[in-house]
Amino acid sequence: MIAAHLPILQIILPLLAAPICVLIRPQKFVWPFVLIVSWATLGLAAMMLNQVLLSGPISYALGGWEAPWGIEYRVDLLNAFVILLVALIGAVVLTYAPESVKREIDGDRQPYFYAAFLLCLTGLLGICITGDAFNVFVFLEISSLSTYGLISLGRDRRALTAAYNYLILGTIGATFILIGIGLMYMMTGTLNMADLASRLQGVNHTRTIQVAFAFLSVGLTLKLALFPLHIWLPNAYTYAPSVVTAFIAATATKVSVYVFLRFVFTIFGADFAFGTMHIDYLLLPLALAGIFVASAVAIYQSNLKRLLAYSSVAQIGYIMLGISFGTITGLTAGIVHLFNHALMKGALFLAVGSIFLRINSVQLDDLSGLGKRLPVTSFAFVLAGLGLIGVPLTVGFISKWYLLLAAIEAGWWPVAVLVLISSLMALVYIWRFVETAYFRPVPDDAPPVSEAPLLMQIPMWLLIALAIGLGVQTSLTAGIAQRAALWLLAGAP
Amino acid sequence: MSPTTAIIAACLLPLCGAPLIALLGRRENLRDAVTVLIAVATFATVCTLVPAVTAGARPSVHLIEIFPNLALVFQVEPLGMLFALVASGLWIATSIYAFGYMRGHHEENQTRFFFFFAVAISAALGAAFSGNMLTLFFCYEVLTLSTYPLVTHHRSEEAKAAGRIYMGILLSTSIGFLLLAMIATYHIAGTLAFVPGGILTGRASEWIIGVLLLLYAFGTGKAALMPFHRWLPSAMVAPTPVSALLHAVAVVKTGVFTIVKIVVYIFGIDLLAETGAGTYLTYVACITILGGSLIAMTKDNLKARLAYSTISQLSYIVLGAALANNWGIIGASMHIAMHAFGKITLFFCAGAIMVALHKTEISDMKGIGRQMPFTMGAFLIASLSIIGLPPLGGAWSKWYLVLAGLEAEHYIAVGTLLLSSLLNIAYLMPVAVNAFFYPAPEGSHGRQEAPLACVLPLLFTALGSLILFFYPGPLLDLCRQIGR
Repeated sequence: MIAAHLPILQIILPLLAAPICVLIRPQKFVWPFVLIVSWATLGLAAMMLNQVLLSGPISYALGGWEAPWGIEYRVDLLNAFVILLVALIGAVVLTYAPESVKREIDGDRQPYFYAAFLLCLTGLLGICITGDAFNVFVFLEISSLSTYGLISLGRDRRALTAAYNYLILGTIGATFILIGIGLMYMMTGTLNMADLASRLQGVNHTRTIQVAFAFLSVGLTLKLALFPLHIWLPNAYTYAPSVVTAFIAATATKVSVYVFLRFVFTIFGADFAFGTMHIDYLLLPLALAGIFVASAVAIYQSNLKRLLAYSSVAQIGYIMLGISFGTITGLTAGIVHLFNHALMKGALFLAVGSIFLRINSVQLDDLSGLGKRLPVTSFAFVLAGLGLIGVPLTVGFISKWYLLLAAIEAGWWPVAVLVLISSLMALVYIWRFVETAYFRPVPDDAPPVSEAPLLMQIPMWLLIALAIGLGVQTSLTAGIAQRAALWLLAGAP
Repeated sequence: MSPTTAIIAACLLPLCGAPLIALLGRRENLRDAVTVLIAVATFATVCTLVPAVTAGARPSVHLIEIFPNLALVFQVEPLGMLFALVASGLWIATSIYAFGYMRGHHEENQTRFFFFFAVAISAALGAAFSGNMLTLFFCYEVLTLSTYPLVTHHRSEEAKAAGRIYMGILLSTSIGFLLLAMIATYHIAGTLAFVPGGILTGRASEWIIGVLLLLYAFGTGKAALMPFHRWLPSAMVAPTPVSALLHAVAVVKTGVFTIVKIVVYIFGIDLLAETGAGTYLTYVACITILGGSLIAMTKDNLKARLAYSTISQLSYIVLGAALANNWGIIGASMHIAMHAFGKITLFFCAGAIMVALHKTEISDMKGIGRQMPFTMGAFLIASLSIIGLPPLGGAWSKWYLVLAGLEAEHYIAVGTLLLSSLLNIAYLMPVAVNAFFYPAPEGSHGRQEAPLACVLPLLFTALGSLILFFYPGPLLDLCRQIGR
C-alpha cells in the first residue's frame, strides 16, 4: 500500500505537517514533531531510491488522471538521487536546529520558522519529483517564497534587504522559467515532460522553441546562481539564520541544477541543446569565470559565512563546467559534485552555526585561537574544508577526478589546468581559517567557552563522516551519477 | 602471519597506535614506552614480509574500488620493501631519540607531536606498499597533511610562514602536476597499476611521454627537484626529530621513491631509454645536485646546510632513475637506504648539539669534538658516507650511479656526480674537522654529551652506515629484483 503511493507521500507528508506546526501547543512539541516528519521523509526517499534501483522508474498518476492529461509524478534514478540528498540534508539540519534556532530566532516566531522550513522542503522535493513542467514552476514558487521568509528571519537587519533582493531576482528567474514553459505549451499543447520531449522533436527548429530554450536557460541559471547571475546569493547566505544557510546552501541551488539537467537533457535533448543551440559555448566560459572570480573574492572575505557563500558560487561553477562538456564523464562529474558539494558545504555551514552559537560572531578576526577554544568544531571545519580543496580520501577528490578526466577526454587540457589552479585558490581561503584558528593566540579577554551541544555535533559529524566515507566508497554516489549520466545522454524521457 | 595480514598490519599499527598515544598523553613514560613498542612491532611486521618478497612473491591486498578499474591496492615489491624497511627501522631509532630530544629541549605539546608522527609513518608505509598510483597518491597527500602540524609545531610566526611554503609547494605541485599526470595516464592507459615494464608502452607518442615524465617529476614536490625545493629548508623550523626522520627519510624518500616507482612501473625503463624522454630530467637532476651543494656551502646554520645537502642528494636518486638503465635503478634504490642512514645520523647530531650545547651555527661549533666526542665521531662517519667514501655504505650507491652514467654514455651525469662529491667534502668535512682540531671552546668543562637517549640512536645509525658497506648483499638482492 505504502509502496504504491510513495511518490505522493513524499510530498504530502511535509506539506501537511507544515500548517500543523503552527497549531501545535505548547510550542516545545513543535520541534520533536518536525523531527519525526523530516526523518520519515528521508525514510520515504530512501525507499523510493531503492525501488527505482530495483525495478526502474516509477510513474504515479495524481488522482488517477493518466498522463498526459493529469499530473504525473515520475521518479527515475536522477531525481530519486536528488530527492534523497534533499531529504537527507533536511533531516540532518532539522536535527541540528533547535539550539541554533533558539539563539537566532525569537521565541514566538519559531513555529513559523519550522512551518516555512517544511514548506521549503516540500517545494524542493516537489520540483524534483514531478513529471509536469508547469508543476515544476508551482513547486519552485512554494520553495522560493518560503526561502524568502526564512532568510528574512535572520537577526541582522540586513537579512531583510538580502531577502528582498533575492525575492526580486528569484521572481525574475521564475518568470523567465514560466515564459519558457508557456512558449513550449503554445507549440505543443502539453505540459507533461515525456510528452513534451517527444512532441518537441517536430517543432524544435522554430524560433518560438529556441526562444523558450533561451528563457528557460537564463531563468534556471539565475536560480542556480551561475556567475554572473549569482549576485543574490552571497548576501542571502550571509544574513540568513545559520540553519537556513546550511539548508539552502546544500539544497536550493542543487535542485535548480537538477531542473536544468531535466529540461536541457530530457526535454530538449542533448542534440538540440548542444548541437543546435550551442549552450556549451555559454556555459563553459561562464562556469570557468565563476570559479575564478568567486574563488578570488572568497579569499578576501573577512566574514566566514560570506567566504563560504562565494565558495558556493565557485563550486556551482564546477558543477556547470562538468555539465557543459555534455559527455558522460562530464555529466557524471557534475551530478556527483552536486551531491558531494552539498555534503561538504552543509557540514561547513553547520560548523559555522556552532561557532556562532558559542563565539557570537563569524568574523574571521574574532576567531583567533579558535583551535584552542573550540577544538572539535574547528577540526570539523578543517576536515570539511579539505574536502572543498579536493584532498584525496574526501568526496571533493572524487568530483575533481571526474571533472579533470572529462576535460582531458574532451581534449581540453587548458581547462584541466585551470580547474587545478582553482583548487589551489580553495586551499588559500580554507587556509585563512586554519591560520586564524591555530596560529593566532586566543585573545586575553576571551571568555571560556564550551563546545556546541551534542545534538549539534552529531549531525555535523554525520555529514563529515559521509563526506569522507563516500570519498572512499564511491559506488553509491559516483556509481549512481554515472548511470544517471548515461541515461540522460541516451535521451530517454 | 600471512603476507596479506602483514601488509595491513604494518600500515595500520602506527595509525591505530596514534590514538593510543594520544590517550596516554598525561603519563609520559608509558606514552613513550608504547610509542617504541609500536615502532618495534611495526618494524617486525615489515620484516616478516622480506623472505617472501626476496623469493619473488608479490603479496597484495585489494581493498575498495574507487574508480572504474582503479581500486585501493597494496602490493609489496622489492623497491617498496626496501623503503618500508628503512622507514620503519629508522622510526625505532627516531622514537628513542625523540624522547631524549623533546624532554632535553623542553618542547611543549609532545603528545600531539608523537600522534602526528605515528600517522605520518603510517602514510609512508602505505606509500611504500602502494599497488597503484592512486593508492600512492592518497598516502602521499596524507603524509603532507599529517606532517604540517609537525613542521609548524612551535606555532610561531616563523612556523606559520614556513608552514605556508611547506603546504603551498607540496600541495600545489601534487594537485597541479601529479594529479594531472595521473589522470592523463589513466585516460591513456585505462589503469594506474604498477606493472613491471610500465603501462604506457605503445600507447602514447614520444612527446606526450616526455611531458608526462616531467609532470610526474615536478609533481612529486617531495623529491625537492629545483625549482620546487624551497619547502625543505623551510621545514627545518620543526623540532629536530622531525627533520631527521621525516625530512631526511620518510617524506623526502617518499618523493624520490615515487619517482623511481613511476619510472620503473608506469613508464618502464625500456620505454624511457628508447624515447629518450629521461634526458630533460637528467639535466634537472644535475642542476639540482650541483645547485643544492653550492647553496649548502653558503649556509652557516647546520640544519639549513643539511637541508640543502638533502636536496642535492635526493637528486642522485632522481638522476639514477632518469638514466633509465638497470645500474641506475640499483644505484637509485640503494641510495634511498644509504642516504637515509647517513643523513638521519647528521640530523641526530645537529639535534644533539642543540640539546647539549644550544648551538645551531656551524661557526660556533669549533672544538666541540672535545665536549661531544661520540656525537662528532658519528658526524664524521656519516659525512664520509654522504660523500661516498669507503668503507661506508654511501660508496656503493655512488658506484652504481656512476656505472649507470657510463652505461648511458651520459658524461655530464658522471661529471656531476664526481664534482658533487668534491662539493660534499667542501661543505661537510669542515664541520667535523673543526670540531676536533680546534681546542675546546672557552668556559667548557670536560665532556658534555646530550642525554643517552639521543646519543645511542645516532651511534646506532652511524654504525648502520658502516655495516651497509661490508654487508650490502641482502640490500643488493632486493635492488636487483626491482622491476622484475
